[in-house]
Amino acid sequence: MTNIPETGRSPRVQIRLVVIQVLVLSLLGTLGGRLWYLQIREGEEYAEKASGNHVQQVVQPAVRGSILDARGVPLADNETRLVVSASRTDLMKMEDDGKAVLTKLAGVLGMRPQEVMEKVRLCDAETPQPCWNGSPYQPIPITDEATPKQALQIRERAEDFPGITAEPQAVRRYPSPGEANTAQVLGYLSPVTDEEIKQAQDSESPYLRSDQVGRSGLERQYDKQLRGKAGVTRYEVDNLGRVIGKAESDAAQPGSNLVTSIDARVQRVAEYELNEAMKAARKEYDRNTGTTYKADSGAVVVMEARTGRVVAMASNPTYDPNAWVGGISSADYKKLTGKNSNYPLLNRAIQGQAAPGSIFKVVSTAAAVEAGYDFDGSYQCSSAYSVGGQVFKNFESANYGAIDLGRALEVSCDTVYYRLAHQEWKKDGGTSPKGRPKDHFFKAAHRFGLGKETGIDLPNEVSGRVPDREWKQRYWEANKDAWCKTGKKDGSYVEKIAYENCVEGNKMRAGDEINYSIGQGDTLVTPIQMATIYAAISNGGTLYTPSIGKAIVSADGRKVSEIEPEAHGRLPISDATRDKMDAALAGVATRGTAAWRFGGWPQDEIPMHAKTGTAEVYGKQTTSWFATYTDDYAIVMTISQGGTGSGASGPAVRKIYDALYGVQEDGSIDRKKALLPEPAKSLPEIKPDGTIAAPKIAEDPVERERATGQDEEAPADGGQPQDDAATVATPAAENRQTRRRRRGAGRGGTTGTGAGARTGTRGRRRCA
Amino acid sequence: MSGANGFQVSGYGPERAGWTRVFARDSVARRLDWPILLSATALSLIGAVLVYSATRNRTELNQGDPYFFLVRHLLNTGIGIALMIATVWLGHRTLRTAVPLLYGASVFLILLVLTPLGSTVNGAHSWIQLGGGFSVQPSEFVKVTIILGMAMLLAARVDAGDKPYPDHRTVIQALALATVPMLIVMLMPDLGSVMVMVVIVLGVLLASGASNRWVFGLLGAGAVGAVAVWQLGILDEYQINRFAAFANPELDPAGVGYNTNQARIAIGSGGLTGSGLFHGSQTTGQFVPEQQTDFVFTVAGEELGFVGAGFIILLLGVVLWRACRIARETSDLYGTIVAAGIVAWFAFQAFENIGMTLGIMPVTGLPLPFVSYGGSSMFAVWIAVGLLQSITVQRPMSA
Repeated sequence: MTNIPETGRSPRVQIRLVVIQVLVLSLLGTLGGRLWYLQIREGEEYAEKASGNHVQQVVQPAVRGSILDARGVPLADNETRLVVSASRTDLMKMEDDGKAVLTKLAGVLGMRPQEVMEKVRLCDAETPQPCWNGSPYQPIPITDEATPKQALQIRERAEDFPGITAEPQAVRRYPSPGEANTAQVLGYLSPVTDEEIKQAQDSESPYLRSDQVGRSGLERQYDKQLRGKAGVTRYEVDNLGRVIGKAESDAAQPGSNLVTSIDARVQRVAEYELNEAMKAARKEYDRNTGTTYKADSGAVVVMEARTGRVVAMASNPTYDPNAWVGGISSADYKKLTGKNSNYPLLNRAIQGQAAPGSIFKVVSTAAAVEAGYDFDGSYQCSSAYSVGGQVFKNFESANYGAIDLGRALEVSCDTVYYRLAHQEWKKDGGTSPKGRPKDHFFKAAHRFGLGKETGIDLPNEVSGRVPDREWKQRYWEANKDAWCKTGKKDGSYVEKIAYENCVEGNKMRAGDEINYSIGQGDTLVTPIQMATIYAAISNGGTLYTPSIGKAIVSADGRKVSEIEPEAHGRLPISDATRDKMDAALAGVATRGTAAWRFGGWPQDEIPMHAKTGTAEVYGKQTTSWFATYTDDYAIVMTISQGGTGSGASGPAVRKIYDALYGVQEDGSIDRKKALLPEPAKSLPEIKPDGTIAAPKIAEDPVERERATGQDEEAPADGGQPQDDAATVATPAAENRQTRRRRRGAGRGGTTGTGAGARTGTRGRRRCA
Repeated sequence: MSGANGFQVSGYGPERAGWTRVFARDSVARRLDWPILLSATALSLIGAVLVYSATRNRTELNQGDPYFFLVRHLLNTGIGIALMIATVWLGHRTLRTAVPLLYGASVFLILLVLTPLGSTVNGAHSWIQLGGGFSVQPSEFVKVTIILGMAMLLAARVDAGDKPYPDHRTVIQALALATVPMLIVMLMPDLGSVMVMVVIVLGVLLASGASNRWVFGLLGAGAVGAVAVWQLGILDEYQINRFAAFANPELDPAGVGYNTNQARIAIGSGGLTGSGLFHGSQTTGQFVPEQQTDFVFTVAGEELGFVGAGFIILLLGVVLWRACRIARETSDLYGTIVAAGIVAWFAFQAFENIGMTLGIMPVTGLPLPFVSYGGSSMFAVWIAVGLLQSITVQRPMSA
């Protein structure tokens, strides 16, 4: 068989065979190389893709933690509703895609089968609502208002309802215990946005599409702690979405509960009295405008003086936070945010800012002492003070003669402060200071914590404003173009002001500093800032950072992280000055501008201190301020366009104290009726199962009070030991207005001429 | 097992004396190329496991019996080995005389496919249903007969000692012989098989020692032909789409590019050692279509990883390496051409099949030799192994 030697191996063939062999090897080498590239070099990436391919997540939402008051009474909690849901994956496995089951279910729930089908279909471009736009692996809720009977029917006949579950689920609820609304402090939730989901995707606590996120108030501030962590079960699915295995599952971790320092009863009293005070103010006649007061908004803060903890914080107008639960309707949303709503969502205790009026005088007094003036010195309280031809009058042109600073606080003598401020202004070099001006009055304000946020544990606090030289410069730079454009030397009042501002709006004029010294002009403060200051005067000088959160308690009750009160500064006053100031402010309550509001107050048992303020706003009615404190609490109330400090806010504040301490009509103290004679010291009891014990919610504390005593009649205007008079005030929304410190050109005579002292001759500047 | 039975029936008796004879020096068993035999067997058995992994959950395919495909794959392997033994028994030279008959029969079969007797799978009208779930894909056998037919023509005068190389006339005859079935297969249209046949023709021509002009001419003609096929719209849309998806798999991830993407994800996710046999989520989740046949390599890639998939390539490499050796060491041109044709066939088909799962070749419906599920392919490749064995058994012993 081999007589044909070597032909098969002729050189040409031999070479070509080698070529073939090399080609074959290179092909195999290519495959090997590519295999290495895919599996080893890019293997991770493909593994990830593969898991994305076949793993589907099913999420069990975490129950949101409750927000409790200091006694454990829930201010925000969850309500259990019976939710019937359908599992799409199970339904799709059925021959008719689950139609029969859904029809049967519709019968049980009393719905039309059509309706139920629509709820479980998936949304896409062509499918109109209703449809499901969540994950198809997530149980799709059909109703959250199932009755226990319906739920029972479904659960007992599970074999008839494959893929259908009827389970209790938590829905947010704001129960308003004892009518305490607390709306702006609590805040609200709204569904998470796509952007937030994306942002939180790789973080430790990613959002679910079904998640609700805190949008304001405590709900937002403590969102992370309240939210908990959703449970996730990962199922392996095949290419048709059928479950072929369970990969892993993390149980849901319910959110922690937040114990606050709010006392729901005090909160209710504060809300009620604020509202009553505003209603009363609307009946009062305002001589300046010739109408009744508008009292368009107001706020009150009740703070523990020795910790800065907020016991009550009310803002008016208000709203029902339950409007947000289950998605807010567009009509409700409009009502809450529309132009005519007066913005009830604003928490005016931290977001409303206005000129403080005479309650600012504690700052000016401290500044004067700092500047070297003796507290007990003798200062002229004349009926008026003139600067460069301009006359700054005392309130009602009262003349008290030579008095010390304590008495000046007591009677709220403007001219004493005018004089001191003017002297300091001159010492600092007038409008064109040489070197660094000392600016005692402005520095004191900063050291009292004004002009910046207090740092309360609520979002979006505003900072207020100290109208010092830096601010004037910045403000002038931002506005001079507009001023110089509209300003006319001999034009209308507004044009003249613009002209002056254009020329020297960046300078500290005598009138600016004089106005500033009594809390008028461009100064802006928030109620929470003033509460912090008056609490500090009460506690010996420590400025506490206000706080509402008191402790975060894990859902099982095992982990309790208390939020300790923190100080962020001390008042720039010596103990001696504080004591004298304390005595003077007690004098305000006993014989000064607020005395008529504290008639019959058991001053010996519960020393009361107060300062009234009435601030003016150009084009508006006066803002009422009332700042008070005892050894335990500081209460600050303000009412925009509400009238005088003690007139509008006085009775309400008095009643809050009455409720706190159980002070009766006759001045006696009934400890049994006292809501909170001393601040709560301990946290509410945490039961072994993690729930927090709450006392039985009594009836509306206001009702109780009403039952015992009758409303005290507010003395009619006039004839009383006079309160402050007009002062500049600025509600949050209109702080711009404060700029016009020449208030009401039309009203009080000259609009001022000279540089600066624009405050005019009108003697109404005064604070009580 | 029918394979073992075949062994006995074929006369390789189990008696001790018989075995001694079988393994005696210069005996057939001693002269067999065992690396090829063992590699091919290993590939077939690995294929059985992979096919089982791919189909045990596919109830819509396996008629409720998870072992349906496993059993059939093993049966096919057994029949294939029996066919190999028969081929060795007959010898490639004996078969040489039967080539006209075999060729005629295979062309008849592919013509039959074009009649209403044929059936269409995945767009290619390449099957004849035999009933009972069995079907035949005659184009697989045509690959063998093209090799045998061309080798017979090209080697005839050279082996007779008349000429050192085949002359032009012979080459033209050989090309004509290959073109007829290729045209028929293209009508099916089974583009993958045509591509394999073109490569086989090239390999055969190269090994025959035909003039370089023919080799390069054929390469040029192939290129022109490819352009013509593209331009004249002979291809169906699905075929064009497959090529488009090859160029850009992200083009239509849910449609045409789906196979490519899922196959690549399956293989890529395997990493070094794979997810473990029967633990591949891509495989279990049935994300890769046609996974027991054309995309069987993805099962290996995902569940056995780089190690397992690389081992398959290595085994194929052993088969091809030894086949090249056989082609170089045989004494007659006929044997050389047959071996080289088989090398071209196996090499290209393996490269195309694995390459498409790796995303470096366009998707065509070609099985992976020995590994993919499919009777006709299994039989054809084992017959080819039989031819290789016959060539090596019958070559003169080197000194």
